[in-house]
Amino acid sequence: MRNKFAESLYAVAKENPKVFIVVADISPAGSMSKFREEYPERFINVGVAEQNMIGVCAGLALRGAIPFAYTIATFTIYRPFEMVRVDLCYQNLPVTIVGIGGGVTYSTLGGTHHAQEDIAVMGALPNMQILAPCDPLETALATIECAKRPGPKYLRLGKAGEPILTATAPDPFVFGKVRTLKKGKDVCIFSYGPIMKMAFDVAEKIEKTGKSVSIISVHTLKPLDFEGIAHALTQHKEAYVIEEHAPHGGLTSRVKEIAWDINAKCKLQGFTLKDEFIHFYGSHPELLKVHGLDTDIITRRILN
Amino acid sequence: MKKIDSARPFDVDASKKRCLQKRKRILDMSQKISALHIGSAYSCMEIVDTIYHGLMRKQDTFLMSKGHGCLAQYTALEEIGVLTKQDLDLYCKPEGKLGTHPDYGLPGIEASTGSLGHGMALSVGMALSDKEQKLDRVIYTVFSDGELQEGSIWEAVLLAPSLGIKNIVGFIDLNDFQSLGRTSEYLPNVYPVVEKFLAFGWDSIQVEGHDVQKLHEAVLNRNPEKSMMVIAKTTKGKGVSYMENVPIWHYRSPNPEEYQIALKELDGGLKNAK
Repeated sequence: MRNKFAESLYAVAKENPKVFIVVADISPAGSMSKFREEYPERFINVGVAEQNMIGVCAGLALRGAIPFAYTIATFTIYRPFEMVRVDLCYQNLPVTIVGIGGGVTYSTLGGTHHAQEDIAVMGALPNMQILAPCDPLETALATIECAKRPGPKYLRLGKAGEPILTATAPDPFVFGKVRTLKKGKDVCIFSYGPIMKMAFDVAEKIEKTGKSVSIISVHTLKPLDFEGIAHALTQHKEAYVIEEHAPHGGLTSRVKEIAWDINAKCKLQGFTLKDEFIHFYGSHPELLKVHGLDTDIITRRILN
Repeated sequence: MKKIDSARPFDVDASKKRCLQKRKRILDMSQKISALHIGSAYSCMEIVDTIYHGLMRKQDTFLMSKGHGCLAQYTALEEIGVLTKQDLDLYCKPEGKLGTHPDYGLPGIEASTGSLGHGMALSVGMALSDKEQKLDRVIYTVFSDGELQEGSIWEAVLLAPSLGIKNIVGFIDLNDFQSLGRTSEYLPNVYPVVEKFLAFGWDSIQVEGHDVQKLHEAVLNRNPEKSMMVIAKTTKGKGVSYMENVPIWHYRSPNPEEYQIALKELDGGLKNAK
């Protein structure tokens, strides 16, 4: 995902001389390193100074540039939160803040590096748009979209090694619209980001019981596709949200709001991270499991 | 040293007169609305006038990083015809557009400020864009001394010379006051200021901040190979005797009696102006 992002951004930035990449002392992997060598004047390392990273991006954007701020998710949004709010959102500037390692991707690095409430925090800001692609293909499309769209964006990415999940999706990727990745009739699963793989694994297990399952990528979390979600809620008997995010302020909360607004009749349940800092050190899937996000645990809860 | 070519002819006597007139304008506004930082605006009046009339060219940028000093900017913008009399008459009124802090997108306002510590990184971003496009533009930014306590300022102060930025000219309105009292009392280690900027790779000099000629000369004589921070020693509330160095005038508006005293003092100054 990270490499695909770098590759897409390289292509976008090569094409568009307004694009700047501003990093806070994070090693520029893959194609980003190539961009740094070819266009050193448009690759800025502000040092270990994230407030400065956002402020500099805002200054660039006030001059007409299209900056991408890039570092680990927690440092791209939490440390410089007020700069994100005032410099980017209040002034409504076309800056994309890219967060690598959304959720608890950096499992062993501990809570300082876990962005587990990032959608809630960014989603509360006026003007902010949020994209969370689920695989490398969506990452490429989301990156292109971020360079094109006005206003501030938070692009939430995973890390590396995410499988391709959207190659055969019946729906295209359209900013602001939910995207059906797999069409079913009985059960619907909403998800976004790298945990989408778990949604596919859960669907496979449920289908063994004879139910057919739809999988929907909510790659744009703000603005959220009210109509698209409402439609899916009315078309299925059961709906579930699987998200690598705190239980409040993420997609689960929003889908429940929509369900209430439209008086949805389906069964609806969310599977999220816990509202806790968990002091556990293990692999990413192992930490997700401690939070209750695991293919078998979720399948069991759905089937019971 | 070669004088910088962004200089403009600057009539010092006219500037002194304008500053008195603008102080009077703000005093008048204070009788219609109480939401104004009169002491802060009076403190940076000469700095702002020098920038708009003695330094800025068409392509240059003005940022009021100490956003609460914006009445000094609004009155300057009114004076040069960017804002209208009506814009200022409707300051902080529902039918107007100007608020207590600069709002990006309004005429002459190039960034939204009001939260301290943002203007330096914004200036660096703008300067980087100008450098990359090889544009000859100077960014004039006004900071408060209290603002120097924001860490974000120093992140950007450190970065600017590291990236070879030469076109930021900042002014610190060093009136030695912050909300709770004197800076020299609460945070004495804000001083010395010039040495801090020199150590960070900037050109820097301290001058009398109500002397427009000295402010102007400081910038004319700057090292063109570096960005510069002018440390302008000012008096909070400058121009009205009872406001000078009295913290309540950070935000308070004069009552009718106080208004008359201030008016008399400013009119007296205008009568004596050349």
